[in-house]
Amino acid sequence: MKHTLTAHELTKLLISRDVSSEELTRAVYEHIGKTDKQIGAYITLTKDTAIEQAKEADKRIKEKRGVAPLTGIPIAIKDNMCVKDVLCTCASKMLNDFVPPYNATVINKLRENGLVFLGKTNMDEFAMGSSTETSCFKITRNPWDTNAIPGGSSGGSAAAVASDQAILSIGSDTGGSIRQPASHCGIVGMKPTYGRVSRYGLVAFASSLDQIGPLTKDVWDCAALLEVISGYDPLDSTSLRMDSPDYMSFLNKDIKNIKIGVPKEYFIEGIDKDVELAVKGAIKKLEKLGAIIEEVSLPHTEYAVATYYIIAPAEASANLARYDGVKYGYRAKGEGVDNDLLGMYENTRKEGFGAEVKRRIMLGTHTLSSGYYDAYYLKAQKVRTLIKQDFDKAFKKFDILVTPTSPTPAFKIGEKTDDPLQMYLSDIFTIPTNLAGLPAISLPCGLNKNGLPMGLQLIGDYFDEGKILQVAHAFEQSTDFHRSKAI
Amino acid sequence: MNYEPVIGLEVHVQLSTKTKIFCGCSTNFGASPNTQTCPVCLGLPGVLPVLNKDVVQRAIETALATNCNVVERCIFHRKNYFYPDLPKGYQISQYDMPLGENGWIQIKLDGKVKKIRITRVHMEEDAGKLIHSENSEDLRSRVDLNRAGVPLLEIVSEPDISSPEEAYQYLVSLKQILEYLEISDCNMEEGSLRCDANISIRSVGESGLGTKAELKNMNSFKGVQKALEYEIIRQEKLLGKGEKVVQETRLWNTDLNRTESMRSKEEAHDYRYFPEPDLVNIIVDKEWVSKTRRSLPELPQARRDRLKNEYGLSDYDVEVLTMDKRVADYFEECSKYFPNCKMIANWITGDVLAVSKDRKISINDLNVSPKQLGELLGLIENGTISGKIAKDVFQDMVCTGKDAKQVVSEKGLVQLSDERELVSIIDKIIKQNPKPVNDFRSGKQNALGFLVGQIMKETKGKANPQVVNRILKSKLS
Repeated sequence: MKHTLTAHELTKLLISRDVSSEELTRAVYEHIGKTDKQIGAYITLTKDTAIEQAKEADKRIKEKRGVAPLTGIPIAIKDNMCVKDVLCTCASKMLNDFVPPYNATVINKLRENGLVFLGKTNMDEFAMGSSTETSCFKITRNPWDTNAIPGGSSGGSAAAVASDQAILSIGSDTGGSIRQPASHCGIVGMKPTYGRVSRYGLVAFASSLDQIGPLTKDVWDCAALLEVISGYDPLDSTSLRMDSPDYMSFLNKDIKNIKIGVPKEYFIEGIDKDVELAVKGAIKKLEKLGAIIEEVSLPHTEYAVATYYIIAPAEASANLARYDGVKYGYRAKGEGVDNDLLGMYENTRKEGFGAEVKRRIMLGTHTLSSGYYDAYYLKAQKVRTLIKQDFDKAFKKFDILVTPTSPTPAFKIGEKTDDPLQMYLSDIFTIPTNLAGLPAISLPCGLNKNGLPMGLQLIGDYFDEGKILQVAHAFEQSTDFHRSKAI
Repeated sequence: MNYEPVIGLEVHVQLSTKTKIFCGCSTNFGASPNTQTCPVCLGLPGVLPVLNKDVVQRAIETALATNCNVVERCIFHRKNYFYPDLPKGYQISQYDMPLGENGWIQIKLDGKVKKIRITRVHMEEDAGKLIHSENSEDLRSRVDLNRAGVPLLEIVSEPDISSPEEAYQYLVSLKQILEYLEISDCNMEEGSLRCDANISIRSVGESGLGTKAELKNMNSFKGVQKALEYEIIRQEKLLGKGEKVVQETRLWNTDLNRTESMRSKEEAHDYRYFPEPDLVNIIVDKEWVSKTRRSLPELPQARRDRLKNEYGLSDYDVEVLTMDKRVADYFEECSKYFPNCKMIANWITGDVLAVSKDRKISINDLNVSPKQLGELLGLIENGTISGKIAKDVFQDMVCTGKDAKQVVSEKGLVQLSDERELVSIIDKIIKQNPKPVNDFRSGKQNALGFLVGQIMKETKGKANPQVVNRILKSKLS
């Protein structure tokens, strides 16, 4: 049952050498072998190299050389981060044979700390989606209810941790893609401040919004993993030139007199009753723990989704232009294609991309077109500034803002695939923080009447992941929600 | 009706930085295809650009040298279009916030000086290159991405140019400035300098602009001039017939000496520019600008003024010597070893540049250093050799790399100035040529030239011409 433990529980066993990383890794793979047929969390498993990495970690621990807090812990990687010599598909036919010749910066950091790579997890194609249903390979099922989606786009990473098929995982969050699946799968997921974690090697969806972050079983693990992956990277010009604080030092602290704002715009018509009750209960709990709770207004919240769906597709339309069949990845073949450049481009992109990706490329191409740029892209950037200013104002008064992560618990597979707008609205509470570049966490705050988990979102000021972890840990330690298991 | 052309030029120049603009790959020209690449310039999924500060430095230098205003904050944009030589599907370029704006350079044509305004100087990355197979059995095109990510500056002029000759002079002056800054090889054949031209014509006296054509594919300055000349006539003919000029891109066909319309499909671009989210603002503070301004090398105009004043050279000499910075450097170096600057200038603008042009090599690659040239001129000045012999000695030096003194002594070229020896030779020639002697005495001056020639022939050119002339004249009078 080793694989069901948290990283901090396992770290103790690894250091005391009651458990070896190799044993642990093998146990996780054994469990994956039993459950992943049903869950579908992984696209690629890298068992051979994982066992090698585990042996190396055991050697480090035995020789007490270069041992870090997470050395020897098996981790799953979302399939949009480059690991040298390992398939990186972004769940797209376009990249179904792409093997990167280099490591993402986060991958190097994880390896330096001796973590063990289990494999690459399923996701929405190019991270575009909120249910992992746009993957070209397969759907991933929610471990709490296999008829429900796990959320997305980091659905594979969330489902892997929730089903004990990984101890930890990393995902990427452009509009909620870590927090929303964490919420739906009953685990902890954090999107750090934009620039806190290097994006080098993360296959870009929307460059000004993308951020890598941890998905974990509890807050302690989240803090530990964030500490490993964050920090300045000269290969990413948007990376923050500041040292990361010692995140662990924020744990096990009380939250007396911490000022928490409750944005009224996040408790709107259409929000699921159970979610609203659970979040309001959580807010009461925070108050009981000594926090000062007050309502706050973020007046431009209602424009966030519209703004996001201008900016993200615009950037995506350029970021995905490199998939043209010329250098790597999928290339269409056949009559009218082999000897015609334009035909090759058109068919490659028609056949290589799925419907949602094409929808967003078209949206972005349109909003950037001459004659439309000012009305869409430029306007959206202005609204983005207003949304940022809402938060700036709020954080003059408050330390943390608390909201639901998602307006509903996990919905049924297929429920929203024909209605993109409904699908987009499931990120309504997570998108504003991406637009502002702020850090935010989702952590479990209860189960609904059908036994599905719901998430609480805590938003912090820029660079203030520490305070988020402090409040999150205090909340978690005073509740049992994180102890509930999917299976 | 009389028409006048309105011309603006867009020059792209490759910067000779060691590494590319957004990654650490080498910028060397001529390496095997795709050997100077990395995940970043290949545009692999997940990579990010990091700006090479040296590129900004050189862009600031160029902006200052072309009298531009260097803006304090500028950004990069993405320029979106599909082409196999463009690995990311967009080019990182500058758009409405370029690094330098509102400059000018001076050109000189028929003795008249004119200012051509510079609209902007901006930074961008170069694309790769397509290599089309010439084998009819294998009609494939291959992509070489060595050039992808090589830094470029785009320098755009205002439409202040009013003739193909002015366009040519503008390019010469601009190239000169860039060479003095040592920021580029400016080699049009290797593509390190490229020029597109916008041209329209209008009735003389009119102030509005006509419909322009954009000319591309010229691979020399003369080509630019010729393409513009062709285009003026083409547009005049159209307007003369009452037809309209179509706004389009036209390619210069070097073989047929004409411009040809590009298929409109290929040029129907909407580049969908938007700010590059992977790069941050470029902040060029005042201190950076003033530090760069202080460290700018001497520019062509300043050098011309100085050479004229300091060395007392003629306008013509100064013009020729400063055309290429290396020639001016050569001149000044040589003047350290030989005091007669006019004579150095004559030699450089004559024999030295002739050889360098002949051999198609730069003055620095001649086998003759400035010091060696100075020594050669010293041998003329002190009478060791004649100016005529010196020309042969110079050719010898170019071939062998030997010093002047060594060539002169090895070949026994020391000038014959000994009067007793010369007298006996002159007597011999007078005796052998009674007719020219008589001709001279009866007043035919050119007979003297013949006799001097015979004496030079007898001495294999070594006789000191001044001494020969003096003795001969006194013998015959």
